[in-house]
Amino acid sequence: MRALLSGNEAIARGAYEAGIEVAAGYPGTPSSEILENVSSYKNIYSEWSVNEKVAMDAAAGAAYSGRRALVTTKQVGMNVLSDSLFYTAYTGLEAGLVVVTADDPGMFSSQNEQDNRHYAKLGKFPLLEPADSQECKDLIIKGIEISEQFDTPVVVRTTMRTSHSKSVVELGGDPAPPGDVGPFTRNMQKYNCMCLWSKKRHPVLEQRLLDLAEFAETYPYNRIHWGDRSLGIIASGVVYEYARQVFPKASFLKLGMVYPLPGKKIRQFADGVEKLLIIEELDPFIEEQVRAMGIDAVGKEIFPPCDELLPQTLQEIAEKHSLLPPKKKTPPITRDGDLPGRSPVLCAGCPHRSTFYLLNKMKLAVAGDIGCYNLGTLPPFNAQHTMGSMGASIGVLHGMGKSDLPEPAVCTIGDGTFFHAGIPPLLNMVHNHGKGTVIIMDNSTTAMTGHQDHPGNNYTLMGKPTREVDIENIVRALGVEKVISVDAFNVKAMGKALKECTACEGTAVLIAKGPCVFISRNPQPAYTVDADMCVACGTCAKAGCPATIKIDEINPKTKMKKAGIDPVLCIGCDICRQVCPTGAIQKPEER
Amino acid sequence: MPENSFKFLIAGVGGQGTVLASDILAEVGIRLGYDTKKSDILGLAVRGGSVVSHIQWAPKVHSPVLDEYDVDYLIGFEWLETLRRVTYIKPEGFILANDCRIDPMTVTSGQADYPAKESIMDDLNNAAAHVRIITGTQTALDLGNVLCFNIVVLGGLSKILGNEPDIWRDVIKDRVPSKILELNLTAYEKGRDLIK
Repeated sequence: MRALLSGNEAIARGAYEAGIEVAAGYPGTPSSEILENVSSYKNIYSEWSVNEKVAMDAAAGAAYSGRRALVTTKQVGMNVLSDSLFYTAYTGLEAGLVVVTADDPGMFSSQNEQDNRHYAKLGKFPLLEPADSQECKDLIIKGIEISEQFDTPVVVRTTMRTSHSKSVVELGGDPAPPGDVGPFTRNMQKYNCMCLWSKKRHPVLEQRLLDLAEFAETYPYNRIHWGDRSLGIIASGVVYEYARQVFPKASFLKLGMVYPLPGKKIRQFADGVEKLLIIEELDPFIEEQVRAMGIDAVGKEIFPPCDELLPQTLQEIAEKHSLLPPKKKTPPITRDGDLPGRSPVLCAGCPHRSTFYLLNKMKLAVAGDIGCYNLGTLPPFNAQHTMGSMGASIGVLHGMGKSDLPEPAVCTIGDGTFFHAGIPPLLNMVHNHGKGTVIIMDNSTTAMTGHQDHPGNNYTLMGKPTREVDIENIVRALGVEKVISVDAFNVKAMGKALKECTACEGTAVLIAKGPCVFISRNPQPAYTVDADMCVACGTCAKAGCPATIKIDEINPKTKMKKAGIDPVLCIGCDICRQVCPTGAIQKPEER
Repeated sequence: MPENSFKFLIAGVGGQGTVLASDILAEVGIRLGYDTKKSDILGLAVRGGSVVSHIQWAPKVHSPVLDEYDVDYLIGFEWLETLRRVTYIKPEGFILANDCRIDPMTVTSGQADYPAKESIMDDLNNAAAHVRIITGTQTALDLGNVLCFNIVVLGGLSKILGNEPDIWRDVIKDRVPSKILELNLTAYEKGRDLIK
């Protein structure tokens, strides 16, 4: 049976067919749909863990117990879980363990463009790269086989394009039903990384890499396709598909495993072609290894290390360096002036709006964090002045608080991010006499990545009811004395609480509570603007709502356009009415 | 397997339903016997940002991403977004533009002006041999749910492509939740009626 699947859907299918029994991860674009789809296979235990490291440890525990396990993460989540992934390379496992990292060349929704293939070299484990959805499925199954054959964790690296593109997949059969396991293996010399035992594991790891390199020589996903021998191309992942399209006649060595590399096969291919190209998106990971074998190749001197390497770019580079004859060019379409940009915006009805409206108005210094609320960085708010990694805002605020700034400082962090990495730095502020206001923007979901559950919710990924954890209780238990919880849709109360917290000498926490519009799903009738009362002052626009628009009617004195409200977008959250200084914005029944 | 190929680009605003539309379009390709690939932008961009989906039907598709000046059909869900992606259409291509304007924040905040419809039409006509406006949004509003405009537009596209309508209906039945299926099947027929 064939189906049109995204790479992420195919990975989930692969997990099912491979007989994976435990799957854990933390949501993050472009990886989030993997576990969401895994959760539709009811014979796999799946969970959103509080962060990637916890997911990795849980998967290790399952694999130590004899259950095949899967971890999913976006590329920067690998930084969080790597500490744990690296010990599994030393210990090996009782059952297969595959970690999927979804990288983001082009940085569609990430803070950096790191190439996670480097982790394979650093942590000393095999890394597979699928080129399309079929391979996404196949390489999870192969990954489990390699993991069990060589007693190692296996990493499968996708990119946004492999994860989010759909292509045809041949579905395989159902896995064998899970058997019994246990009792738990008590092999401390292997599974306890105490230095004296771990020291003996290191040579095992080195030998394993040599064995894997030998295995790679005949591994069917490393394959040569002989075409015109004047040009040979080594490529992996979706870039292989791009290159096949741009260079339809060339010879190819397509690598499905990029670490460790099949040295003999690469040499055979290089000897068989006149000119060797190595085409890689981001870093010269394969190229450096091939050059270290003493093989001459053309790579990063012509292909850029930044951004996606799309077919169009490949074509242009190939023409520039006379690797391909010029294509017939369509005269470019030109237009006068730039088009208005369209960045993502906080949704109409978003509970974060009041916070950013006030932070902008109060001109506070703000350490930001990762979530939808990073949109508070953009106009009209301009209200998050730093952002770096999950949970960083609280630590950064602490450092700001120790720097004798001439102004109060705050940080913004969402509920999901607080659970992920916000608790240790808040504990640190309490212990080390921190100064600053932590604003926890609790919208009751992991919103940006698609509304996944977290410990503040009363249900799990598999739909099981669970106990919801109260953030205020956690904050108080950490030892914070100044804690105020406020309705995020009450602008006045938010303003008062913010003033009170920022006047505090120590660590203060403001919990702004209001559900994400996608969670509450409770739209109210659209508001309206009385144009006679509107003075076109523009205050409502500072609340940055996509439903607040400008109409053609102008204030004759200022020549400014008056405000209107888009009846399709408005869900009646009331924030614009509260900020309007003239009472022109009205609830429908007040008219 | 058919020997010809089709390259489609859907341009819109996050939240307009471009992903559902591209899923349907890709699935129709499979059922017509083509190799099919598609690529969407997901994640943060869905919060009202500029979004685009690439879809291809061909005997064999390698890259899931399309080149500029190489697309056969540009399906625009919103005027500004149609114009933003006009560099993808090939000169002999077909632009199907939904009559819908959504002001971005840069316009509502007064930093930029929304281009006049006449100038947008000029640019579209300069770029492609065929430009067709479809009143998908108004038709969907008349049906009582603005969100189904994407299916109205797909209905129009299916008429332009001349495919067997039952294939499209079957795919819509498989992809749309049952409680809004009737609405969407009606939207599909209305879309076909809009293209004479």
